[in-house]
Amino acid sequence: MSKTSIDRQPHLSGSVEVLTARFPASDKVEAIEFELQGGTCTVLTGPSGIGKTTLLRQIADLDMHGGEVFLGSVSQAQIPAPAWRRNVMYLASETGWWAPQVRDHFAVTDEVLAMMQKFGMKPEKLDMLPGQLSSGERQRMALIRALSYSPKFLLLDEPTSALDHESVLKVEEVLTETKRAGCGMLIVSHDAAQVERLADAHIVMRARS
Amino acid sequence: MTIVLTPLELGLAVALVVLSASLSLFLSLGFHRNLLWAAVRMIVQLLLVGVLLRFVFQQNSAWLTILIFLAMVTAAAYEVGARQPHRLRGRWQFLISGVSVSFSTMVVSAFALLTVLGSRDWLEPAHALPIAGIILGTAMNSASIALNALLSNINNERVPIEAQLALGATRLAALSPLMKRAIRAGIIPVMNQMVGAGIITMPGIMSGQILAGQDPLEAAKYQIFLMLLLAASGTASVIAAVYLTALRFTDKRHRLRFDRIV
Repeated sequence: MSKTSIDRQPHLSGSVEVLTARFPASDKVEAIEFELQGGTCTVLTGPSGIGKTTLLRQIADLDMHGGEVFLGSVSQAQIPAPAWRRNVMYLASETGWWAPQVRDHFAVTDEVLAMMQKFGMKPEKLDMLPGQLSSGERQRMALIRALSYSPKFLLLDEPTSALDHESVLKVEEVLTETKRAGCGMLIVSHDAAQVERLADAHIVMRARS
Repeated sequence: MTIVLTPLELGLAVALVVLSASLSLFLSLGFHRNLLWAAVRMIVQLLLVGVLLRFVFQQNSAWLTILIFLAMVTAAAYEVGARQPHRLRGRWQFLISGVSVSFSTMVVSAFALLTVLGSRDWLEPAHALPIAGIILGTAMNSASIALNALLSNINNERVPIEAQLALGATRLAALSPLMKRAIRAGIIPVMNQMVGAGIITMPGIMSGQILAGQDPLEAAKYQIFLMLLLAASGTASVIAAVYLTALRFTDKRHRLRFDRIV
């Protein structure tokens, strides 16, 4: 696929700092309701197959749902979907690439280069084909790509699943800095130690009995 | 000199198909049944259409011409979706295919009949139906190839498409490269036909006219005109089919709707 330009603007005006989500109970899972504050990290855990990925996708409005999601007091349905997703950005565990070179997927700014340096990735990686990167490199590069859009909230689905311990810690360091800058995060993780290190709040999804 | 084929001469041609089917059987290629069935179907269809057209030409009725045209469009709309590994659920495949092929066929046929062919009675069946039939066939093939490419590619490239949507791309921006590829795929047969015309293949209309006693240069001019019509109708039907399908495969919230295909 060739390069697709994605408009980096506009973000929603004003400083929206709370994301509220309410989802009714389904056949499989109990009702869930929570608030994400800007500048905090909430970790979402639960047994495999319970619907953590689906929940993240629904919050990002990539899947239809019967719940309610608000940015501040504005509901998801009131905001055009592309604008919503630039503010409430979902990053899948399986990263997607559509252009020939890595650099074709986003604007390479000093900020991007600085993040690559923090992750121990050389700038030459930008000139490679996405398929030439290791799965761990693709995962970190996709995170950099998402961060380069400066979303208000990040929905991360197992963002460090393909990384070694050292790289995991570097990513967590960047996530912590991003959080301090005001970004709210909802992270799916199966790593208890990571939950301990990152979480300001912890949501456990439970199957309906 | 017009060549009139006798049933015996047609029977000799049937022997060639039987020979091909025998080869398939002998080499265990497994297509003999389908080949024979296709041949039988083709013979019955063409003989019936020959009888029907003879009747319609004798009647010379505009309403009958329109009725036959609608029947042809209905069949074409069905055939676009038939045999596709992925297609839109419910009546949408039929509707979108029908709109795409009928729109392109009507516009291009009307252009041909009203302008260049200078037909006084543009709904005269002897002019309108052959022209519409040729144009409709190309529109149908082009749309069918393009939709197959589009839906297969979307299915295979779901992850990169959704990665773009997640970053805030609109549905058309995220699907645009796939749509362009599908449109190009749909137009390739028409372009090949034009590029190879006269060098690699002797186009059917021209061959038919020469066999029917027409002057070769006049037959060539007629074929050129028809080829250009086919290029226009193929392009229009492909673009319409791809855009309408892309819009139906997504929704107003710029989501991929895999629940809308089978």
